[in-house]
Amino acid sequence: MARYLALRTLRALATVVGVVLLVFALVRALPGDPARLILGDTATEGDIHAMRARLHLDAGLGEQLVLYVGDVADGSLGRSFRSPDETVASHIAEVFSDTLALAFVSIVLAWVLAIPLGVMAALSRGKALDRVARVVALAGVALPTIWLGPLLVLLFAVELRILPMPGDDEGGVLALVLPSVTIGAALAAALARQTRGAMIEVLAEPYVTAARARGLSRTRAALTHGLRNALLPVVTVSASQLGALLGGAVVAEKIFERRGLGTLMLDAFAARDIPVLQGTVLVVALLYVTVQLLLDLALAALDPRVRLR
Amino acid sequence: MKKIAAHAGSFLAIVFFAVAVIGPWVAPQSPHAIDLRHAFELPSSSHWLGTADNGIDILSVLLHGARLAAVVAVGSVGLSLGVGALVGALAGTRGGWADRIVMSLADLVQSFPSIVLHVAVVALIARPSVFVVILALAANGWAPHARLARAQALSVRERDFILAARALGASEARIVLRHVLPNLAGPLVVSATSALGAAVLAESTLSFLGVGPGLATSWGALLDQGASVILRFPHVALVSGGALALTVLAFNLAGDELRDRLDPRTR
Repeated sequence: MARYLALRTLRALATVVGVVLLVFALVRALPGDPARLILGDTATEGDIHAMRARLHLDAGLGEQLVLYVGDVADGSLGRSFRSPDETVASHIAEVFSDTLALAFVSIVLAWVLAIPLGVMAALSRGKALDRVARVVALAGVALPTIWLGPLLVLLFAVELRILPMPGDDEGGVLALVLPSVTIGAALAAALARQTRGAMIEVLAEPYVTAARARGLSRTRAALTHGLRNALLPVVTVSASQLGALLGGAVVAEKIFERRGLGTLMLDAFAARDIPVLQGTVLVVALLYVTVQLLLDLALAALDPRVRLR
Repeated sequence: MKKIAAHAGSFLAIVFFAVAVIGPWVAPQSPHAIDLRHAFELPSSSHWLGTADNGIDILSVLLHGARLAAVVAVGSVGLSLGVGALVGALAGTRGGWADRIVMSLADLVQSFPSIVLHVAVVALIARPSVFVVILALAANGWAPHARLARAQALSVRERDFILAARALGASEARIVLRHVLPNLAGPLVVSATSALGAAVLAESTLSFLGVGPGLATSWGALLDQGASVILRFPHVALVSGGALALTVLAFNLAGDELRDRLDPRTR
């Protein structure tokens, strides 16, 4: 176990280094001149020169890399081009919890919807309920996030008026409902499919038959002995969908005019604010790598077959 | 029922490509023709799907947008499939350091949420274009194909005909190109079909976010406009998003049908 833990952590660290370098390389190749963009068309050549020097844009790539790694290492992630008094980290910290809350609610929502649906579909395999679940799951996969969001707004905020409109600052907790359904639908669909498949497989295992032979009802045997074992692959799929979830957050934040990592990134792209852009991309990637690592370690703790591989 | 849906999916996918080819020729108007007196009109006999901002004919935008979506989808999936299949087959056949490098790179590009990586790559070039979007989609699009090709190659390389080719003195390149790759065609065709739908969606999503090829004919750009006027003119978002959803669904169903046909083991 210790060996697996060490190896897996080392691999995650290598990925982090790779991510840091890739982000640097990607953003450095941007040809637009940030100094010109910040100062606007009326700036003189002298102003632009001064700004380029202040932003270290004239330094060699090697020097820029050293500065950048230094900024990553001290946790500040550099300073925003637009508001040099603030560190990028403080910009990100300001909105991080908004995106995290949105992602968290979406995951919980997806689980609450998908697992009962998947279990019921597996128990009534081939019957009407199974077919209904199939259609729902297919719809969840096929409905594009960028369409589902506006549709939900139209139905619940415009027609029925039971949920707040996008951009409503007084929406409170209710303002989280539509964005998280928008993002969670695809995840729920994938999870329902996975739960159904895993349950069907587990229900055929001898220990479920044994539980039935001891007199447990079909549903009870399925829930107490089947579901616990079927959840392992479901957890894995949840984590593998985390990337789609964070991407969905970018879309949902735009549709619902919420602040978060997604809107921060899009704004930074539009303004060519390189430090904020690379900082956001980096944080999102790190978040993703960390969750994958934690999940692998949790799976190894739960299932000895994983760490012996 | 399932069969009908699958056939309908394949049929719609073919219709999509047909529209992409002939759409711009049969479009009733230019997708840029401005008619300020008829902005945001509901569907009528003169504008079958209604009009959007500046009186632009929605049907004409969709017909032109289909070609844009198809070009981006075929371009990015073609590039991803070509690169992915080749490096995946090589990694699986050779093993060792080649395998480790390819898999680490795949891990690396897949440690970014797709949209975030696409935005970062588009940010590479100040003037976004169709080609830039294709490159962005291929930047991580190759990885799943490579994983699939590698997994298949791992089992194919143990087969007798590979051993025979080796014994006859075939070079590594010849073994990969002539003996391994053809045996991977089936699963790769299936994954490419589903990838086409995903690429259509990705192009629209990028355009929706304002990071696309920067063309007004993109379905995603029209949907973005529709979403901002959904209070008063919901038909713009309904129609443009509907076209997108139908296309994505079609490729999903078509992918499923192909998989069932090529691999009898999956139900």
